[in-house]
Amino acid sequence: MTTVFAILFAVATTVLVVGLVAKIIQFARTPAPLKIPTTPAPLTKSGAAFRVAREVVVFESLFKSNKPLWIFAVLFHLGLFVVLARHVRYFQEHVWLPFQLVQPFGLYAGLMMMGGLALLALRRAVVPRIAYITSPSDWLMLFLLMGIGASGLAMKLIAHTDIIGVKAFFIGLMSFEIHPLPEDPVLAVHLGLVALLMIVFPFSKLLHAPGIFFSPTRNQNDDPRERRHLSNWAAKLEAGRN
Amino acid sequence: MADKFETPVLGDVEERPMPALACGAMAQSRSYVAAPAHQEALGFPKELVPDWQEKAIAKMGDLLSRYRSLRVYMDICVKCGACTDKCHYFLGTGDPKNMPVARQDLFRSVYRRYFTLAGKIAPKLVGAKEFTKELLDEWFNYFHQCSQCRRCSVFCPYGIDTAEISMAAREIMDSIGYGQKYCNEIIGKVHKIGNNLGLPAPALEDTLAGLEEDMEADSGVAVKMPLDVHGAEVLLITPSADFFAEPHVLGLMGYAKVFHASGVSWTLSTKASEAGNFGMFIGNYEQMRKIAMRIREAAIELGVKRIVFGECGHAWRVAYSFLNTLVGPWDFLDPRYPVPQHIVEFTTDLIRRKGIKLDKSGNDGMVLTFHDSCNIARASRMGDFPGGQFVLPREIIKATVPKFVDMNRDTILEKTFCCGGGGGLLTDELMEVRVKGAKPRLEALKQVVEQEGVTHMATICAICKAQFTKVLPYYGYDREMIVSVHQLVSNTIILGDND
Ligand code: HEM
Ligand code: HEM
Repeated sequence: MTTVFAILFAVATTVLVVGLVAKIIQFARTPAPLKIPTTPAPLTKSGAAFRVAREVVVFESLFKSNKPLWIFAVLFHLGLFVVLARHVRYFQEHVWLPFQLVQPFGLYAGLMMMGGLALLALRRAVVPRIAYITSPSDWLMLFLLMGIGASGLAMKLIAHTDIIGVKAFFIGLMSFEIHPLPEDPVLAVHLGLVALLMIVFPFSKLLHAPGIFFSPTRNQNDDPRERRHLSNWAAKLEAGRN
Repeated sequence: MADKFETPVLGDVEERPMPALACGAMAQSRSYVAAPAHQEALGFPKELVPDWQEKAIAKMGDLLSRYRSLRVYMDICVKCGACTDKCHYFLGTGDPKNMPVARQDLFRSVYRRYFTLAGKIAPKLVGAKEFTKELLDEWFNYFHQCSQCRRCSVFCPYGIDTAEISMAAREIMDSIGYGQKYCNEIIGKVHKIGNNLGLPAPALEDTLAGLEEDMEADSGVAVKMPLDVHGAEVLLITPSADFFAEPHVLGLMGYAKVFHASGVSWTLSTKASEAGNFGMFIGNYEQMRKIAMRIREAAIELGVKRIVFGECGHAWRVAYSFLNTLVGPWDFLDPRYPVPQHIVEFTTDLIRRKGIKLDKSGNDGMVLTFHDSCNIARASRMGDFPGGQFVLPREIIKATVPKFVDMNRDTILEKTFCCGGGGGLLTDELMEVRVKGAKPRLEALKQVVEQEGVTHMATICAICKAQFTKVLPYYGYDREMIVSVHQLVSNTIILGDND
């Protein structure tokens, strides 16, 4: 099992990193030929950066849009965020203080995340408009995350796993050494699903996480009359013009 | 063909009426496909090319590499559904393909099939679809039921803008010989004659002379409508509807009176006798640029110092947001003024400086509300602070009428509902979409009419004006309820010797 997971995580990490970097480069390199911020928009670049930050941290537009969905989304994402922060300890020999401080909240964050996922799933099933726009992949993504959360919580609550062993395995892997992974079926399920999540990440709608930073309607500032905004391909059209 | 549909019953705006899903409800409501002559005039293939599928996919790839908006928006939608109840066409028709995300998915399903790994390996799983003729027809149908109003983009947690996607879809369809008659015919007229209405220079001259006579008869003051005057201070670019129909033309008289009273010399141009730029509706940068270029040329030829735009929504988006990009820089104009300016900015400034005097009794008995036009509200600005596009027109209205009230908060400012006729939909064969799409706006109007005694709704967009005057009677309202903002100014401005 140790070798299988060592290979699996090597592959999954490579796919995740290469895939995401490639996508981010693609987003960044694609020109935005026109100024299209959704107005009223901040007039300055720092104002626009703050607007994006508000979207990322407090889901500002979603709040305007749909209050119940906003609550579900915050439950899930905030829970996920804390859970991930708690997980840093498996990858750091000496865990940084902020990551130590979140340790006591694992259970609550895990439950928040699962609760959020359950409500999001319920919504998908019950609201006809949302059911209409849902593809099988949207369901699979929810199930995948629920599977990860459920197996994680199972380790936390029911069948404890050897955390020291898990940590040794991952820290070893990071310097290309193989340490034994604890033989534990629940852990195997947890890690198998996590690897799957890492692999599908750059090919799925999870690209919303990096993508939001590149959304021109949100990250552009409003100054078209003051500054001429011209993309490379549009500049080529200017040859020979008056 | 007209009117084989039932006009919806207006609900109570406070209850936010939500339609049940009516699959295929608008599947029959189709725009006309452009005739070969319309296509050819713009350099597009005359009719659907035999290898259209291949060409369309290649064009999609090209657009994906040129527009970050399209590139990013194709990938990042999570189907959260926040947009599903925001589109006026969905709210008015119940057709689920008029939900923004479902409209986008017509495009996204093809994107996924040909441009993503998941879509190539497991198309069914991720909703990827072969680009069939059937799907192309759905594209044609539903991408011409989007007014590119960007209301969905306000509410999307990532700002995904369906307008960007419908523009791309239309550009792809044009490139394979499957354009829309309404837009392409009009763009052809602009290239050939100079404006959307196809009004030739001599007719324009006659019209303006007629208006001058009318104004002089009315007010006793010789207010001019100068055309092609070299060396004028201001070049006014206005939608050609302003030369033609009410209430537009009453607004034009308002601009003329404001210029007259301000003492600023101004001129219209025969070459740039159109503010509108339908190149935006069809998503075509080159067309948009070519249409905008007339304005640059006219400004240079006439030697003006400033450019001011009249009341037109999408024109102001192109003017405010794109003009500098498309045909700037404007370093030959007077640097003390923004380029371009909106007539509303010009007039507000005069009112604030007491440079013009207004007498509200000219609008006695009127109770006004204001319809924020989508392209002005969500895609541009006026004045020097964010949201000035909401404040300035209201300031003018409040200065000219005895009473002003706003409609329901969720239907104004950046949440304003489209009139139902924008984005290249202002054509008779789409009457059903237009009437039904106006429902959310009119529900809000109904409330202020009943509760606040509103008598008129002002707006600053030629399309809104044309759409409402046509659609209001379906709902039992008088078409003359719709007024231009500068019509209100026209009724109240004190002319005569202002020394
Ligand atoms: C920059 C970081 C992120 C931001 C700003 C963000 C924001 C959002 C927002 C606004 C939604 C829509 C509301 C909802 O359906 O919950 C959403 C949905 C979703 N997010 Fe994120 N997210 C981020 C990172 C992530 C990550 C790292 C994951 C998973 C590993 C994730 C998984 C999901 C899923 C699965 C959905 C769809 C839920 C559904 O089916 O309704 N997100 N995200
Ligand atoms: C290689 C990456 C990962 C490793 C090694 C790992 C390992 C573990 C372990 C050992 C536990 C049990 C903790 C305990 O008993 O106190 C756990 C819990 C949990 N895991 Fe993971 N996990 C990984 C990735 C993830 C990811 C990506 C998610 C979410 C998408 C996740 C969600 C959870 C949750 C919700 C819990 C329970 C709550 C908690 O203890 O924080 N895990 N994980």
